[in-house]
Amino acid sequence: MSTAQNLINAKTLAETRQAKFAARNRVNKIALTLSLAAMAFGVFWLVWILWETLRQGVGGLALATFTEMTPPPNEAGGIANAIFGSFVMVMLATFVGTPIGIMAGIYLAEYNPKGLLASITRFVNDILLSAPSIVIGLFVYAVVVAYFKTFSGLAGALSLALIVIPVVIRTTENMLQLVPPGLREAAYALGTPKWKVILSITLRAARAGVVTGVLLAVARIAGETAPLLFTALNNQFWTADVSQPMASLPVTIFKFAMSPYENWQQLAWAGVFLITVAVLALNILARVLTRNKH
Amino acid sequence: MPNTVAQQQPSRSKISVKDLNFYYGKFHALKGINLEIPENKVTAFIGPSGCGKSTLLRTFNRMFELYPEQRAEGTIALDGENLLTSKQDVALIRAKVGMVFQKPTPFPMSIYDNIAFGVKLFENLSASEMDDRVEWALKKAALWTEVRDKLQQSGSGLSGGQQQRLCIARGIAIKPEVLLLDEPCSALDPISTAKIEELIAELKNEYTVVIVTHNMQQAARCSDYTAYMYLGDLIEFGATEQMFFKPQRKETEDYITGRFG
Repeated sequence: MSTAQNLINAKTLAETRQAKFAARNRVNKIALTLSLAAMAFGVFWLVWILWETLRQGVGGLALATFTEMTPPPNEAGGIANAIFGSFVMVMLATFVGTPIGIMAGIYLAEYNPKGLLASITRFVNDILLSAPSIVIGLFVYAVVVAYFKTFSGLAGALSLALIVIPVVIRTTENMLQLVPPGLREAAYALGTPKWKVILSITLRAARAGVVTGVLLAVARIAGETAPLLFTALNNQFWTADVSQPMASLPVTIFKFAMSPYENWQQLAWAGVFLITVAVLALNILARVLTRNKH
Repeated sequence: MPNTVAQQQPSRSKISVKDLNFYYGKFHALKGINLEIPENKVTAFIGPSGCGKSTLLRTFNRMFELYPEQRAEGTIALDGENLLTSKQDVALIRAKVGMVFQKPTPFPMSIYDNIAFGVKLFENLSASEMDDRVEWALKKAALWTEVRDKLQQSGSGLSGGQQQRLCIARGIAIKPEVLLLDEPCSALDPISTAKIEELIAELKNEYTVVIVTHNMQQAARCSDYTAYMYLGDLIEFGATEQMFFKPQRKETEDYITGRFG
């Protein structure tokens, strides 16, 4: 009797198992299809953008693009001054923004993670992080450009630095938090002073992540247009003087792409291509750095 | 050296703990601990999880001070000087009282620099003196033959057992007087564990060793004295042999024979 009962139970159990498994399998397939579709949708636009940039940009590339200044309408020329201007302002912004960002990140993660000052800093930093870049541009215009009564590369670099700082603060803090507390304790257990623990152990352990954060910040400001519109303005000529208005790739692209002149549009595409390649290269570099962890 | 003679002579006390109370915020984690840690011996702390043995160990180098909500009251005298009220910089105390942790913690640098890092904090050595010191420490930690050809490689590329011996080498390279081991073998395989236990037996000739362990066989194998702790109290402390063969307290016997709880 009980043996028979057991046999029946075993049979129903096997059947329910099969049915449940089949149901799970169906759900799995649906979820997988939806995920793949979502991914394909995202990648589709990215590939299209890259393709279009490549197609239109490479055509406009010539040696003159890198050696000659932005031309008047319907004349031959290049975007050398814009490339150089972008390079100078991005470098300046990075050199100013990175140390400030890293030091603030260290304060938040290592010195006073739970304090009132840290909470306020973190909150303000989050606002700055999500502030529209045009607001930052306008702020620098009001404070610097209006005060000195001139547009300048320096003002442009300053507004870009204000975008770099919150990004670097956030990534530095996050990366330092990922360092296992045991590593810190082990360093302190040797009698290491705090500054040296941070400099030689935690910052070193988080090095790849912090550098990645800086690179991503650079990639971000390389393409920023709004903060440069009313700070660095633009310049038709070559200038290395940061107290003068300075050309930049994004602003030149903005101006040239909107124009009705074909040679300007051609140069705008070349500029777009250059920015895309630079940002892509920075992203790839960032990936390589995070992979090669010590 | 005949072992029996060494055991008969009362050993000088290296660390002497008196009326030590410890708090995690409001939680009273150590309750009036009194304990004498003998010099050049291995003392083991045993007890169930959460009994306070690691907490006690972490007071000996004031590790708990990293966390503002933790505090200790009472006396922990190292050679007669109270560590808790000492005017000495905590870095100098930690130079005398080294520590090795449960999980291996190689620093993100080469094997050589892992050892040299701590030495550089306290001594000015020439390059060749430093080479000698690194070799000496690695030999002491029984790691030299395995890493002599890859001193410039990253410390994190070693196996878990090697990493732990690297941490021990790093600890002894700065020539401490006391070595605190916080479950040093719990993340290791039996072969690495055996190596480290051998090492502990070696080390006690020159250092006072205190080891926290979950493994009672380990305490029995490599310690001279054993302290049994339970819920923040020190239940019994004595020579390891006596603790394991004729414990004075019923609670100790229950724990050691596995009839606990």
